[in-house]
Amino acid sequence: MSARIFISRDSGALCVGADEVAQALRKAFEKRSLKVEIVRTGSRGLYWLEPLVEVATDKGRAGYGPVNVSDVEALLDAGMLEGKKHELGIGLVENHPWLKSQTRLTFKNCGIIDPRSLEDYKAHGGYKGLEKALAVGPKAIVEEVISSGLRGRGGAGFPTGIKWRTVAETPPQQKYIVCNADEGDSGTFADRMIMEGDPFVLIEGMTIAGIAVGATFGYVYIRAEYPDAIEAMEIAIHDARKGGVLGRGMAGSSFDFDMEVRAGAGAYVCGEETSMLESLEGKRGEVRAKPPLPAHVGLFGKPTVINNVLSLASVPIIMERGGGFYRDFGMGKSRGTMPIQLAGNIKHGGLYETAFGITLGELVDEIGGGTRSGRPVRAAQVGGPLGAYFPRELFDTPFDYEAFAARNGLIGHGGIVVFDDTVDMAKQARFAMEFCAIESCGKCTPCRIGSVRGVELMDKIMAGEDRSENLIVLENLCNTMKFGSLCALGGFAPYPVMSALTHFPEDFGTERKRL
Amino acid sequence: MWAELRELRDGIDTGTPPRDGPNVTLTVDGVEVSVPAGTSIMLAAAKAGRSVPKLCATDMLEAFGSCRVCLVEIEGRSGFPASCTSLVADSMVVRTQSDDLQRLRKGVIELYLSDFPSGDIPGGWSEFHTVLDQVGVKTHPYAPIDNHMDAPIDSSNPYFLFDPAKCIVCSRCVRACADIQGTFALTIDGRGFRSKVAAGMDETFFESPCVSCGACVQTCPTQALIEKSLFVGGYSRG
Repeated sequence: MSARIFISRDSGALCVGADEVAQALRKAFEKRSLKVEIVRTGSRGLYWLEPLVEVATDKGRAGYGPVNVSDVEALLDAGMLEGKKHELGIGLVENHPWLKSQTRLTFKNCGIIDPRSLEDYKAHGGYKGLEKALAVGPKAIVEEVISSGLRGRGGAGFPTGIKWRTVAETPPQQKYIVCNADEGDSGTFADRMIMEGDPFVLIEGMTIAGIAVGATFGYVYIRAEYPDAIEAMEIAIHDARKGGVLGRGMAGSSFDFDMEVRAGAGAYVCGEETSMLESLEGKRGEVRAKPPLPAHVGLFGKPTVINNVLSLASVPIIMERGGGFYRDFGMGKSRGTMPIQLAGNIKHGGLYETAFGITLGELVDEIGGGTRSGRPVRAAQVGGPLGAYFPRELFDTPFDYEAFAARNGLIGHGGIVVFDDTVDMAKQARFAMEFCAIESCGKCTPCRIGSVRGVELMDKIMAGEDRSENLIVLENLCNTMKFGSLCALGGFAPYPVMSALTHFPEDFGTERKRL
Repeated sequence: MWAELRELRDGIDTGTPPRDGPNVTLTVDGVEVSVPAGTSIMLAAAKAGRSVPKLCATDMLEAFGSCRVCLVEIEGRSGFPASCTSLVADSMVVRTQSDDLQRLRKGVIELYLSDFPSGDIPGGWSEFHTVLDQVGVKTHPYAPIDNHMDAPIDSSNPYFLFDPAKCIVCSRCVRACADIQGTFALTIDGRGFRSKVAAGMDETFFESPCVSCGACVQTCPTQALIEKSLFVGGYSRG
């Protein structure tokens, strides 16, 4: 009998043995003389179930996970290939409550399609966005993206359409689309998932951006620590060129658009857009002063659109279904969906895409299932290593750019790292300064010297040396870094420190104080 | 523009190069001043007689934005933008002094002082010490552990030496060597606190492509790069 099974090739799944499981299954099929096609997909994002094995049945794809090599024989004996029951079975994957409750717009194909097949991408609706874009033309594309309310998903939350319009309005010349795939924030993996699981949606989004603003070339700047994503993007770009959707007169149009991958070299600061441009130009990843904005003077001095992976990957569906469709999800000024990444000490970690407005508590407790250790949740850090630590009292905060900012927090790239009650928040505050010190580009004083002094101060405070005096020095230092730094690395390092001091003063040996 | 340049050369260092173009009128600390569009707020403030303290800016080089001493307040805009990299606009209202600005400048200078030798200044003057007077900060509240006080002095060049203990990584020397001299002998090597001025492929100045033009020495605000003729006897770091 002939069958089709799906196993993820996503590096998160590879880390827990997906390749070994695929290999074991292949061997088992040979031994049993079974004709089974194994399709390697991206991950569905339900990481506690990886390695997840899905079997195509006439009712849909039945899932089994997490599968070990040692489970393979028993699974086949139990009739896995017919979708029969087994203790590792999770039923039809699409019906799993964790998936069913999501609104997957950006992630609609991830985990479903074969990321190395342009045909599979097109069969699932791929390149309909580009078709629409070519039909309506550059000005209308920009208007559609503006109307969608899409804001930069890298963290700054700047309206994407406005950024595109700025570049579109510069005089005709060489212009660039740069995709920021440096994804350095702790607890984030959405960009990686898209590049490994649905690279064509990113290519399509960048192509549409190129048409909209008059850019003929794009770069995807991928952090060096994502070798699988780099490989996946390079294969997809090659296939896209072969398939005629990249290159001169791509997709049978009068437009040219091509792109290439560039790898970073281990610097978190190169996720900051201007230092990323410096790195792309082959120079030290030092932050540039703004003005001028990259939209006017960007890569190689040319007008450049810089967008995060998720922002660009959301464009095809916006073009296909219309800006209004996307805008209808969300709350306040936060429109559309956010691919939230649940991580840290969490029971159900993974990718949860949903409309803005869901509360932090619902995400951590109900969807995340609380901690993996089983101990009570003490804090959640949202927005990366420079995001604020929120205690349970603030878990009613809705996922919305302005609502988080109002409580001195930030959504950032949508990563949530959960901590249980064994966490020492003083150590976490020290880590924030240490991280800043290690990753600082070194150009501006508040970050270069301030972060080092911040670590030294935290060490003294934690050792109980002149605690109250040093806390005042730390508060002043945080003020200097917050308002004096050249970029958000130094500028935001005070946020985790101040939030730890405000919400968890007992870990510093002080009274609760509003800072 | 040449008349303006000559005026600037005879007078103070206005911080950023002059620009050409249609004038724009703004107010700095209540003083009205007109400068071409595209000019920095720093230059406009200097022209208005309300100079802002600065370290990494010099009118021989394009603005860089590294020292964070020259911060100002702009009415209607949040934050504290650097006046060297921020451009003028018609009817802009700028404040160069306020309690917040003083607190920030003090904070930045204190960080510099936490990694700076405290001895006498050879030749008796440096831009850095002028800024210390301007901002009114002589001490810092830190008990610093990590510092550059043991960094080796490069005395290889017959005319000048480089003392990294006094370097504030403002990159003026790097920018001068690149943009004024065109030799590109200098760069910053390393990242964060480990950043240091490096000649050639991290060689001594004498071994590197340095041509001893002195542009870096002329522009260094802290005398980390200093002419040997300025001191008699041996050099002492202090």
